[in-house]
Amino acid sequence: MSRWLRALRTPVGMTGSGLLVLVLVLAVVAPILWGDQADAVDTDNLLAGPSSDHWLGTDSLGRDIFYRVLVATRLSLTLALLATVLGVVVGVVLGAAPLLLGRRSGRMVTATVNVMVAFPGLLLVLFLAVVFGVGATGAVLAVGLAGAPSFARLCQTLIAGVAELDYVSAARIAGVGRLRILTRHVLPNVAEPLIVNITIGAGGVLLSFAGLSFLGLGVQQPAYDWGRLMQEGLAGIYIHPLAALAPGIAVIIAALAFNLTGEAIAGAVGVSAATGFADPVPHVEQSAAPTPSRPHDAAGDPGLVLDVRGLTVGFPGPRGTVRPVRGVSFGIRAGEALGVVGESGSGKSLTALAIARLIEEPGQVDADRLVFCGTDLLGDPAAPASPGGEHDKLLGTSMSVVFQDPMTSFNPTMRIGNQLAEVARYHQGLDRKGAIARAVDRLDAVRVRDPERRARQYPFEFSGGMRQRAMIGMGLMGTPRLIIADEPTTALDVTVQAQVLALLKQVQREQDAALLFISHDVSVVREVCDRVVVMYAGRIVEELPVADLVDPERTDAGGAQHPYTRALLAAVPDMTTDLAEPLATIPGQPVDPAARPAGCAYAARCPLASARCRTEEPQLVADERGRSVACWHPGAPLGLLATGEVVATS
Amino acid sequence: MSTLDFDDVTVRYGHHTVLDRVSLSVPDGQVVGLVGESGSGKSTLARTAVGLAPLAGGAVLLDGVPVPLKGRRRPIQMVFQDPFSSLDPRMTIGESVAEALVAPDAGRMSRASRRAEVGRLLELVHLEAGRATQLPGQLSGGQRQRVALARALAGRPRVVIADEITSALDVSVQGAVLNLLREMQRELGLAVLFISHNLAVVRYVADHVAVMEDGRIVEHGPVSGVLEQPQHHYTRQLLSAIPGTHHPVKETS
Amino acid sequence: MTTLTPSAAPPRPALSLGGRWPRFALRRTGRLVVSLWALVTASFLMIHFVPGDPVRAALGLTAPAELVASRRESLGLNDPLLTQYVHYIGNLFQGDLGESIQTEVPVWDTIAQRLPATASLAVLAFAVALLLAIPLGVAVAVATRRGRRRHTELAFAGSSVVLGSVPDFLLGVALVAVFAVNLGWFPVAGRDGAESYVLPVIALTIGPAALLARIVRIEMLAVLETDYVRTARAKRLPGRRIHLRHALPNAITATLTIGGMLLATMIASTVLVENVFAWPGLGSTIVQSIVLRDYPVVQGTVLVYGVCVLLVNTLVDVALAVLDPRSTIGES
Repeated sequence: MSRWLRALRTPVGMTGSGLLVLVLVLAVVAPILWGDQADAVDTDNLLAGPSSDHWLGTDSLGRDIFYRVLVATRLSLTLALLATVLGVVVGVVLGAAPLLLGRRSGRMVTATVNVMVAFPGLLLVLFLAVVFGVGATGAVLAVGLAGAPSFARLCQTLIAGVAELDYVSAARIAGVGRLRILTRHVLPNVAEPLIVNITIGAGGVLLSFAGLSFLGLGVQQPAYDWGRLMQEGLAGIYIHPLAALAPGIAVIIAALAFNLTGEAIAGAVGVSAATGFADPVPHVEQSAAPTPSRPHDAAGDPGLVLDVRGLTVGFPGPRGTVRPVRGVSFGIRAGEALGVVGESGSGKSLTALAIARLIEEPGQVDADRLVFCGTDLLGDPAAPASPGGEHDKLLGTSMSVVFQDPMTSFNPTMRIGNQLAEVARYHQGLDRKGAIARAVDRLDAVRVRDPERRARQYPFEFSGGMRQRAMIGMGLMGTPRLIIADEPTTALDVTVQAQVLALLKQVQREQDAALLFISHDVSVVREVCDRVVVMYAGRIVEELPVADLVDPERTDAGGAQHPYTRALLAAVPDMTTDLAEPLATIPGQPVDPAARPAGCAYAARCPLASARCRTEEPQLVADERGRSVACWHPGAPLGLLATGEVVATS
Repeated sequence: MSTLDFDDVTVRYGHHTVLDRVSLSVPDGQVVGLVGESGSGKSTLARTAVGLAPLAGGAVLLDGVPVPLKGRRRPIQMVFQDPFSSLDPRMTIGESVAEALVAPDAGRMSRASRRAEVGRLLELVHLEAGRATQLPGQLSGGQRQRVALARALAGRPRVVIADEITSALDVSVQGAVLNLLREMQRELGLAVLFISHNLAVVRYVADHVAVMEDGRIVEHGPVSGVLEQPQHHYTRQLLSAIPGTHHPVKETS
Repeated sequence: MTTLTPSAAPPRPALSLGGRWPRFALRRTGRLVVSLWALVTASFLMIHFVPGDPVRAALGLTAPAELVASRRESLGLNDPLLTQYVHYIGNLFQGDLGESIQTEVPVWDTIAQRLPATASLAVLAFAVALLLAIPLGVAVAVATRRGRRRHTELAFAGSSVVLGSVPDFLLGVALVAVFAVNLGWFPVAGRDGAESYVLPVIALTIGPAALLARIVRIEMLAVLETDYVRTARAKRLPGRRIHLRHALPNAITATLTIGGMLLATMIASTVLVENVFAWPGLGSTIVQSIVLRDYPVVQGTVLVYGVCVLLVNTLVDVALAVLDPRSTIGES
């Protein structure tokens, strides 16, 4: 409710609702106040122009146009609202029918609505006007019923979107009746787009009515609405335009009232007023003024393919800049695989995107050092994420990215072969034929069978695993020095995952490339990587070789030191987990990057937290074996209670 | 208590046979794990038991009697995978749980006893009773799954089906939900059908396991037996594909 | 002890698309035929829905009874309903749409004479709408992406809302008043040469074009946030390639669907606009015949309009299928 009230306080909302109130008030009071004056005939002033007696002049019978326009508000609005209500009721009933009637009958209703929706409203109106006859009643029935099919279609789509959701299924399983499901679960959740469409629909109905009366098929004499007034005034339009324009302007104002109110509500509830459905465009905060780029190193360690120091990613938030990634540093050599482990909110994916230069405004990437293959990636003065920068060729051929969801990472309207070939055409100077040939060769390299035929296919003809392989193949079009894989197998079945991981390792070995592998799955990281960094709340909290990624209690040498890493390891069951022990649980929730407390970000959830942890943030400290930990109590002994709670044991 | 039996269940969508004469038994008080990859039909099998998938053949029986799919008493309840769509965003979690309440006798419950029962259920899943007035949007994913579990228990079911209930949760939260499931099952003696693609999780939670491939059960038996001495090549393939098991990965295409 | 069941895994249903075009064509044609049949039946039944005697209503209360009876006979209104229906369909196949009750002129002749004017207007208006809306929508989308240039976005949305609140016939009247009567740049009415098309086309196009541009913008913005556009950016392709080859074809599919509906609406709007500009098309025919209750003429005209709309829908579906091959698979 409060969202709607806020909506009405925006400039658009205030204008719209203000006009709406004005129009509604006029509809009620105008005939009472000015009904007589509107009917009064002034035979001395037929078709007169504006004067002090008659502000907008008179019509062919000497009646004052201004007052007639005002009085006509009631009829125009009443008819429009009646027709809207009729259309909405019929539309909602038809739209809810598939839900209430069950599969068979529902499909028949849907098919009928689909046939009817093909015909534009005005045609239906004319058709029905013939049947019902000209006049106000006929017009209301005609316009109302004509609007019903498209409304029904809208309702069907909205309802179908909700009816498949799990909470509706859960209600069905609980034995809740169909009607109650409709009223209690479905309608409230489609109410918002529905209201927007009804409001804007009312505006459209108003215009239809005006058109109908204008044609002479709507309101008949002696009653008059705006459309009728326009038709009467049209005869003398070029000599005495106000007679037709005045009611026309009234129509525009009323239609604007509905449309603007609808727009304001749409904006508040996240619906697009133009399409009628949820607004797919993400809401983005105003771009903060670009912070002057601070001095950074332009050269890095020459032995590293990727050298990152102090990487920070910031986004403007309602209360200042939010930094989901802050101060991340690591380096990767050729042929080395570095894993980044973390959960949602850790910032691991944003780190990968920042390195791949894919963070768009208003996000801002900054670092002390971001050097790839000896090139300073931060040195590009132009907006780094937009194409056309000087690093395009380098990034396009030497850095390859494998994204998480293979089902959405390819352009569905372009053949796979062409999508691979693009890299060669734009960065390697190959012509079309040569580029396709190379694409086919790369598909073969990633073991896609029958590569010539497959290259001509569209993405939806590939399975998920095949698409990930094609994605890897796309990265092989150039000569990748770094492969960034962001959760590449999370969306895949376990057998397919094994194949894709094996392929990734093989490719990395053959190209002697560096691999940056992001995942939340510790066992996958263990399989693929040499070293691991663990991220929490935007920072690296531990860095260690993969062999040490075990609970120190279960091994004699090494093991993880940070309490978060240890809790993660104890929380995930594997094939050797002790069945008698509970799984570790981490209380609380990940930190909101916009509201980070002082001190260690993990303190609120850590059994070892002391006063120092809550005030001073620990820095990453390396030990003599090259592992680092950011903790004030690294390696302190921990135990597991029967409830799964992790506790300090010293 | 109750045994759930899938007897020669067949499900077809159009020309595609999703389940082909599947038979499976979930004995009273036991947890049966159902593993398989996408397209194996494991979720569809679960949905036949609650009336969400149409049977083209066979039957689903509870203690020998076909499962009632209409009416207010539903002895089989389900917890879904996605914590974000399993609760109506416009109903408080107390209302969501209360909707599934079934009075111990045929009469209606008074408002007070409703509230008390909802509170009891919430505490059963380790949530404070005071949370009953909160909206799902104020809860985390793990907390929402616990509410979904409370809602499933509200109907006093004899069988609970858990369909990938931890797959969409962060790993640190999975533990809490799995611990809770084990605890519930032991305390209430429920029969549970636990569906997952993750063999390690199934090993931790289930007593028996059935492996599905392409709409058929290819192997089933006690968990330790199947996972330590797999007989079917598909089971072996699944086991060897688990990261970290260092078995040679066979190529299939 | 584990038990085993043999698994002869059933062959996976192949997503074979060698034969997808014939199947699509078959399905679409089927739908077209069903819709045509529904249209024909509805238009046939129209006369019979009218309360009272349609011929009497058309000829007026004072018409002599013999005239009414003979017209009823010639229209076949005394036969059983099913017979009339069969005759109706039979006549349709021969191109016979009946005769006007008032003038006994064959309906087809009237339509054939006036259809070209309406059709040329509608097609031209649609082409102009597309040519205006798509580039404009794309340009504004690229310019206002991610919170840039909020003023442009506001102006764009604002003008679209305002234009959408103005009835097209009123716009037509205003255009005539300003550009034809006052400035004399274009003819006031009638269809006579290329200049006479300008004002009617503008009146028809502006509202729908504004809405379409807005939709193109929204779809473009949504598409520019997708994973596959991110992949294209990861490949560091030039901006134009990303916008025109990766984003636009995917934004167009949703646009085309709505565009088809808008075209259908435009066909209907010609009725109003033709009135304003005294355009010699079907618009005035249909209005007059409704007022005069000349039902065979109304029947025939509605039928022709309906067929045009169905053809437009079919063309849109074909265009969609060419652009996005996924839509060739699917619903039966």
